[in-house]
Amino acid sequence: MNAPLALNRRDLMLAGGGFTLAFTILRGGRAQAMADARPQAGDPAAAAADGAPAFAPNAFIRIDRAGPVRLVMPNVEMGQGVYTGEATLMAEELDIGLDQVVLEHAPPNEALYAMPALKMQATGGSTSTRAAWQVLREAGAVARVMLVGAAAKNWSVDPAACTVERGVVHHAASGRTATYGELAEAAARQPVPPKVTLKDPKDFALIGKSFRRLDTAAKVDGSAIYGMDASTPGMKIAVVVQCPIYGGRVKSVDDSAARAVPGVRDVIHLDDAVAVSGDHFWAAKTGADALKIEWDGGEHADFSTAALFKGLDDSSLNGKALVAREVGDVGRGGGHRLDAVYQVPMLAHAPMEPLNALVHVRPDACEIWVGTQVPVRCVDAAAAVTGLPADKIILHNHYLGGGFGRRLEEDSVRLAVRIAKPLGYPVKVIWTREQDIQHDVPRPAYHDRIGAVLGGDGLPVAWTDRVTSESVMRRWVPAGLRKDGLDSDTVEGSAEPPYDFPNLRVEWVRHDMPNGMAVGWWRGVGPTHNLFKVESFIDECAHAAGKDPVAYRRALLQKNPRVLGVLNLAAEKMGWDSPRSGGRIGRGVAVASPFGSHVCTMVEIEVSAQGEIRLLRSVSAVDCGMVVNPNTVEAQIQGGLVFGWTGALYSQITYEGGAVQQSNFNDYRMMRMNETPPLEVHIVHSSEAPGGIGEVGTAIAAPALGNAIFAATGMRIRTLPIDRGLLVQDKGAQKAVLTALPLGALVLAGAAVAGSGRSDAGEEA
Amino acid sequence: MKTRPTLRIALLGAVTLGVSTLALHETSILRASAHAQDAAPAPSQSVQPASAAQASPLVQRGEYLARAADCVACHTAPGGKAYAGGLPFKLPFGTMYATNITADRETGIGSWSDDDFVNAVRKGVGKGGKHLYPSMPYTSYTAMSRDDALAIKAYLFSLPAVRQPNRANHLAFPFNQRWSMWFWNLVFLKDRRFQPDPALSAEENRGAYLATALGHCGECHTPRNLAFAMKANRQFAGAELQGWRAWNITPDKRFGVGGWSDAQLADYLAAGHANGRGSAAGPMGEAVENSLQYLTPQDTAALVAYLRKIPAQPGEAGTEVDLQPAPVLASSAWAPGAGDTGGALGKHIFEGACASCHQWNGQGQQTPYAALLGSQAVNDPTGLNVVQVMLHGAHMRVRGQTVFMPVFGRGYSDGELAAVANYVVSHFGGKPGRVTPEAVAKARTAG
Amino acid sequence: MFTLNVNGQSHDVDVPPDMPLLWVLRDVVGLTGTKFGCGVAQCGACTVHVAGQAMRSCVLPVSALGSRPVTTVEAVGQTPAGQKVQQAWLEIEVVQCGYCQSGQVMSAAALLTHTPDPTDADIDAAMSGNICRCGTYARIREAIKLAATGRTTAMPTVPIAAPAGPGAQS
Repeated sequence: MNAPLALNRRDLMLAGGGFTLAFTILRGGRAQAMADARPQAGDPAAAAADGAPAFAPNAFIRIDRAGPVRLVMPNVEMGQGVYTGEATLMAEELDIGLDQVVLEHAPPNEALYAMPALKMQATGGSTSTRAAWQVLREAGAVARVMLVGAAAKNWSVDPAACTVERGVVHHAASGRTATYGELAEAAARQPVPPKVTLKDPKDFALIGKSFRRLDTAAKVDGSAIYGMDASTPGMKIAVVVQCPIYGGRVKSVDDSAARAVPGVRDVIHLDDAVAVSGDHFWAAKTGADALKIEWDGGEHADFSTAALFKGLDDSSLNGKALVAREVGDVGRGGGHRLDAVYQVPMLAHAPMEPLNALVHVRPDACEIWVGTQVPVRCVDAAAAVTGLPADKIILHNHYLGGGFGRRLEEDSVRLAVRIAKPLGYPVKVIWTREQDIQHDVPRPAYHDRIGAVLGGDGLPVAWTDRVTSESVMRRWVPAGLRKDGLDSDTVEGSAEPPYDFPNLRVEWVRHDMPNGMAVGWWRGVGPTHNLFKVESFIDECAHAAGKDPVAYRRALLQKNPRVLGVLNLAAEKMGWDSPRSGGRIGRGVAVASPFGSHVCTMVEIEVSAQGEIRLLRSVSAVDCGMVVNPNTVEAQIQGGLVFGWTGALYSQITYEGGAVQQSNFNDYRMMRMNETPPLEVHIVHSSEAPGGIGEVGTAIAAPALGNAIFAATGMRIRTLPIDRGLLVQDKGAQKAVLTALPLGALVLAGAAVAGSGRSDAGEEA
Repeated sequence: MKTRPTLRIALLGAVTLGVSTLALHETSILRASAHAQDAAPAPSQSVQPASAAQASPLVQRGEYLARAADCVACHTAPGGKAYAGGLPFKLPFGTMYATNITADRETGIGSWSDDDFVNAVRKGVGKGGKHLYPSMPYTSYTAMSRDDALAIKAYLFSLPAVRQPNRANHLAFPFNQRWSMWFWNLVFLKDRRFQPDPALSAEENRGAYLATALGHCGECHTPRNLAFAMKANRQFAGAELQGWRAWNITPDKRFGVGGWSDAQLADYLAAGHANGRGSAAGPMGEAVENSLQYLTPQDTAALVAYLRKIPAQPGEAGTEVDLQPAPVLASSAWAPGAGDTGGALGKHIFEGACASCHQWNGQGQQTPYAALLGSQAVNDPTGLNVVQVMLHGAHMRVRGQTVFMPVFGRGYSDGELAAVANYVVSHFGGKPGRVTPEAVAKARTAG
Repeated sequence: MFTLNVNGQSHDVDVPPDMPLLWVLRDVVGLTGTKFGCGVAQCGACTVHVAGQAMRSCVLPVSALGSRPVTTVEAVGQTPAGQKVQQAWLEIEVVQCGYCQSGQVMSAAALLTHTPDPTDADIDAAMSGNICRCGTYARIREAIKLAATGRTTAMPTVPIAAPAGPGAQS
């Protein structure tokens, strides 16, 4: 499927608000709030401009006289299967088959396509299905009422006596039939119903079944068009070289050798980057490699990862803590006290499709071809750079070759427009993988200081958790901060653990990155570090209490049946009670409720004498409420786990002298086929409102693995990525490995060892 | 990567040099130009003599000789200006820095007389009588003719002068005592010009001059004694230097290059790769990139002819190159032989990060430079060079294309890299590897 | 000037000899199914067949191609192995974002051409050079087995599995 893209030029409206609701309302599984959103008003006039469909009752549905029903996808497809899911919601109420639809990427238009919960046209936070669940079914139902109404009016019969099957309206008594195409024009004259009745879930024909995805056929034969594949007549390719140090400036450039490269067209000088355009990528790349650039590193030229973690530790001890949530009094009572520090690094997203944008700046307009999670923000950025009004910015959205949060930023589009602006011709700016990794908007590092007091029964009577980090929200959507400045994302997964803790205090200390160094959303957002910490530390508590990790969690989940349900289901499927024996084999468990869903993952691993970790088997159970497409749920859990384990095993972005030290997949390493275990996923029946699924697997992966490593080796992993040097069985070899690590890693390793010491010693409080 | 003034040679025509006729081969020169694409290269825009087109025959000859002597390799720091010095030499007794040999009067050698220059090159005595350290290969250059030395000086003085003060050496006592070099020279420096050996042909003698006086091959390939001087009786027998192993390049059939064909030797020297014998990387890759690829075919042939004449030197049993190791014979291009485990971890990583280029049968795909079969590196049970290449990657600009291997040091642990090295040695060398994680850890800090 | 045989068609291209085949295909010939992922042969997104062998086109200089024919993902469905692989990919529902899948399909098709009934070890050896950031590896393995034998050892998707909790659906 190649969705037609260059369709319209609509007025743009910016809605206020932002991600706030996504991270506040959705947190803790209260997804129902989102499902209350009303359908979009629709824009038949604008829709009519898009190939003049005969019937366009709202912004999502377009029916021509002939041909398939066109469905406009308010969210972007970046692998999570949302196109198929959203089409399913509409097709369900429209009573058409998924084989009868053609999908279109939505143009940027917040008035029409802003997600009710996000108040923004954006795809992220595992919100799409939750947001669309009601809206798109209502959109389909409205269209169906109008189409059936048109038929009934033609036939002078009671609409209630008509049925629909695969887009054909029947009137049984008279034997008359009409297709949606035939009815389209008449339907357009029908009044929009003020209220529609949605199907009872028991009558669902499509929802809850695994229909084949709608985007995949084009993705196995090379015909799917990603932003990287866009083209327009006269297009050149540009390669950009950005200052290795964030915020640094170009001091001088000798571009004579670059200009001499055959096929090079122009060298574009910006204050923080230099780009070379050429007839093809290779000319541009060869030219870019031939640039001799002197940089002025600026104020961040001495920034280092070691300094960052030292700063985080200082802030954790001495900074101003905002209380995210407090229950009871954590100072009360005494018992066995445990404390630990958990740390996770900065991370790049590294989607398989490196960043790119095709831009054509003309005197009167600017046209952009890109795959983005935030089309309207890209339009705004282009308007700001070009000085053109937003309605002169035409953005064609595309399939995304992975998003993971990276394409929630508009920086690559802004840069591409700056490069294209002086050129006059269309230019596709392609980031090399090295640029992509070194100029990411990375996930921030987190420093988490956690503690518990165990009562006589070994269960926590007090639970304290202090998160220290930069805030993504204060840059990305400052309106989302709580009045006192709390960024709820930083404690999502910490503030409301699923367990029954009588006394709890969760705090956040803001630790700013050096001036202007941007950090961003990364698949799994706040829960990624919080679940790692909470689920690892609850394991520490279980160990201190001498209890089995699953039994310990069960005892704490008695008031939380859905979480208990996934724990028990996973334990049953894994055969938790009959562990494998021998060698350094161990099983780990983690359970949580991220993104309005409930999940338990268990993983069985083996650790070699050299410290290498082999994943043998994984079992997950998930309760995400009503399921639109079980296959997609399973795929997202499977893929999310691999994404999360990749991060836990290998990923970190480190800085030295202000510059990122990683560059490509040789040093920003990915899990591969031969490291991936069988990934069982079991889905719990539920009629609860749908939860998010795209980030659930990622968030739950690391703690399950860390706990398995503890079970296999007795080594508690409190710092990511996992330092496999610590898992070497022979101590001599371990020492040799340690001496080779960079200073930053040594500091971290030291922290983990120190933390381990504290915990093992324990204290009576 | 270091910057290199590689372009100006494209402008040279045929030049005649003293000992033998060096008709610079037009096509090989064109291929050598840095950006280029075999067809017409763009006029050079990089560092070059102020008026390259009008460069005197002396300067042109000096450039060729400076290349052959690979002056740039040491006298240019990574990312620095050509010949302005700064490259560090990490030696067991401290760190030394190559000096600025541009014509800047204050920080370079602009004020040096011809005699000053010749003394420095051939006797290791700088202007004002200051002794140089033998990291400057003057014990090799001592054989250079005065004419050739002065041609090099003329070339250096034709380049832009770069004002860049020399960095101070950090040497431990007694090595920081420059005067002590007087004694060292007394013992180890044979202040003697190259004398053609009447037993050798003119071509072989030319090769000898290139290999010793200019190319100073022995500086890496000849083992050193405790005083860090080359062992005369073990000339070209192979040695370990800066974490890399320089191979035995004597005609010994088992341990040297006696089994190589003339074409293999010539290809290896001129292009950094020989079919069936692997590819150059590390310091040898630099020698090919900066120096050897610019030799005329006649000079390359002369080098090969000379290498056939030097005394064969034995090596350590167990390091012979196995051209038909059983695991490779059992493999196809796309899959290892059945039952090939060779250490599960090493194979595991190899199939993910390495096999795409190197292939299971060691032939290499996409580029022949990725071929491992027959390479000395994979036949060295200590895996010294294999580890170095994995840790630091490879990058060589040769014959109009860039040959590279990514750096795997940061993403992979010592244990993993040791396992890969042992797998590679066992699979492509047909012998057990002895690489330990400790050796990898040590190699991270060397070189 | 080089003459390439791509998917059975001849193309004369005037490009530098060191230009990787990937960019000749994408920017000159106009076949964008072959993807750029890393440029250093570490991810496999650019995999094509050269004379039937899976190769990383991002590091294959066009001058090294010679007269060997090239097959890309756009035409691999015309080969028996490619057709089976593409079909199995849809049956197993392998694809997520899809960007790496051109390369995965090409590597898998080459594997099945050489090794019609691959073991898990064969699959590891042939497929571990292809990175998938969405993490579809487990399904790729199943899809290769399906393509090879018409069977899967564990069809990954069970429609909603165990009845637990309230309000089970029909």
